[in-house]
Amino acid sequence: MNRIAKAFENKKAFIAFLTAGDPNLAATEEYILEMEKAGADLIEIGIPFSDPIAEGPVIQEADLRALSAGTTTDQIFEMVKSVRKKTEIPLIFMTYLNPVFHYGYDEFFSRCKEAGIDGIIIPDLPFEEKEEVDAVSSAYDVTLISMIAPTSEERIAQIAGQAKGFLYVVSSMGVTGMRSEIKTDLDSMLLKIRQATDVPAAVGFGIHTPAQAADIAKKADGVIVGSALVKLIAQYGSHAHQQVYTYVRMMKDAIS
Amino acid sequence: MTKGRFGIHGGQYIPETLMNEIIRLEEAYEFYKKDPEFNRELEELLKNYAGRPSLLYYAKKMTEDLGGAKIYLKREDLNHTGSHKINNVLGQVLMAKKMGKTRVIAETGAGQHGVACATAAALLGLECEIFMGKEDTDRQALNVYRMKLLGAKVHPVTTGTMTLKDAVNETMREWTNRVEDTHYVLGSVMGPHPFPTIVRDFQSVISKEAREQILEYEGKLPAAVLACVGGGSNAMGMFYNFIQDEGVKLIGCEAAGKGVDTQLHAATIAKGSLGVFHGMKSYFCQDQYGQIAPVYSISAGLDYPGIGPEHAHLYDTGRAQYVPVTDEEAVQAFEYLARTEGIICAIESAHAVAYARKLAPTMSPEECMIICLSGRGDKDVAAIARYRGENISE
Repeated sequence: MNRIAKAFENKKAFIAFLTAGDPNLAATEEYILEMEKAGADLIEIGIPFSDPIAEGPVIQEADLRALSAGTTTDQIFEMVKSVRKKTEIPLIFMTYLNPVFHYGYDEFFSRCKEAGIDGIIIPDLPFEEKEEVDAVSSAYDVTLISMIAPTSEERIAQIAGQAKGFLYVVSSMGVTGMRSEIKTDLDSMLLKIRQATDVPAAVGFGIHTPAQAADIAKKADGVIVGSALVKLIAQYGSHAHQQVYTYVRMMKDAIS
Repeated sequence: MTKGRFGIHGGQYIPETLMNEIIRLEEAYEFYKKDPEFNRELEELLKNYAGRPSLLYYAKKMTEDLGGAKIYLKREDLNHTGSHKINNVLGQVLMAKKMGKTRVIAETGAGQHGVACATAAALLGLECEIFMGKEDTDRQALNVYRMKLLGAKVHPVTTGTMTLKDAVNETMREWTNRVEDTHYVLGSVMGPHPFPTIVRDFQSVISKEAREQILEYEGKLPAAVLACVGGGSNAMGMFYNFIQDEGVKLIGCEAAGKGVDTQLHAATIAKGSLGVFHGMKSYFCQDQYGQIAPVYSISAGLDYPGIGPEHAHLYDTGRAQYVPVTDEEAVQAFEYLARTEGIICAIESAHAVAYARKLAPTMSPEECMIICLSGRGDKDVAAIARYRGENISE
């Protein structure tokens, strides 16, 4: 069984996101281990991009901080290689297509494999364009994760039908960021997904409280939290270990 | 290859949240472009509201002064709202209304597209919100107030470089937030399919008219047509109906800012490389890791790190050529055209005028060229005065 599948095995998965290089890569590595210790089942590592069009202000600013600190894709690969020696937790990249395209698909995914990356999420790569990446990423055993949005409607069957690893279900319209309320009819989205695939479905965008997480976990196979964690890291910089641990622990407990 | 390709360029690289809307837009466009009623209404608006056809003006003094090819100016600056942007906007806003949308959003750089959009929205009774980089709201304050007068809400964008690319980012984010009742009126021949095609088709009226006009005046086709290029909408409009005419050189003039050997330019073809951004595969100014580069031009309308996918393809195939023009050359051309022909053109358009000044003397008086004068320059007067060290209040 591969690492991604294990994250969903007999449990609800808690998926934690952080931006690589915010505030520096040494801290990123430590926070990944801290998140694992606190009960995270899968880590999404954001490769910062200059123009992250699917992100709200919290992650936009994290990307900017990481890039201003000089973080590069090459350094991120080195960090992943180093952290992979210390953990078997599934690690997934989340970035935009241009940093991957410009690096060269073959070079990028061969380095992913070498470093121990299990999958990748690319929000500006929809179903229609995914072949461009999927052939190469699959060749290097990197799972291309598909997204489903509240507007996907009849596209759900098509996307879910070809999904691998897990499905990233976007809970709300708009960009990433904490929301007081998730208004989307997740039940009907998840029902359509179940009809099309056995691949686990994890819900993200907007989730930040234990109550929200618990509620989502009743319906979905996993809960994805990004902005709330990134905000803690923004606030505590390279000394956020305790806060990150406590928060992940609280959220994991809420869905267990 | 997937949909909306120009050679290897184009495509639909956008978040899943927008995919169904983009598909609906494509279907709507395929329907309306063939719908006689839609075309009749649009033609009526272009004629009686925007003031088309625009003049093809023989610049006699400029021709005599430069001593080469006969120079014609396609006067898009004389359109209602003062630029070519109205051509695309009337088409898109009319279509949005027919699609049942009640609200339009748009990015703007110099403010010309924002003003055109606010105008069409006022006329057709739609809500309008414009996203404009904070840097640009400062240097184009006049246009910001024009948009407000027209009833639009203007959002200054304070992320990133606070210019056109960031305005596009923010408009895309807003569209993912509210797509049901909202159409994104993209202002250039860029973004995901079907936008590059829609905008090109609505702008192609420029070359449709210009081709007929020049044949009437000269009895032959021009040796060259010139236009400034940021995203590339006026250039695509100016080129489109001449693409089949192999003898007509197509020349796009991109913003070289302080020079292509400095970091301060927006010369995508000269200095950019292949990438995927803002929904399309094309050429972009970017660093070795694919981070989009901050770009610079004195012209807010050309201050964009990419170029439309059809231009990228015209460049690949050699059908069009793209030349860099510096701030200084553009400002000199701006002043030159004012003094020589009594026309104050937009600083964007002045980039094309600048290259024409170099090119015309190398051509024969038997030949002619057309420069697309994409907009008028009132909005730029204060900035040019500042560039020349004079502080005037607007």
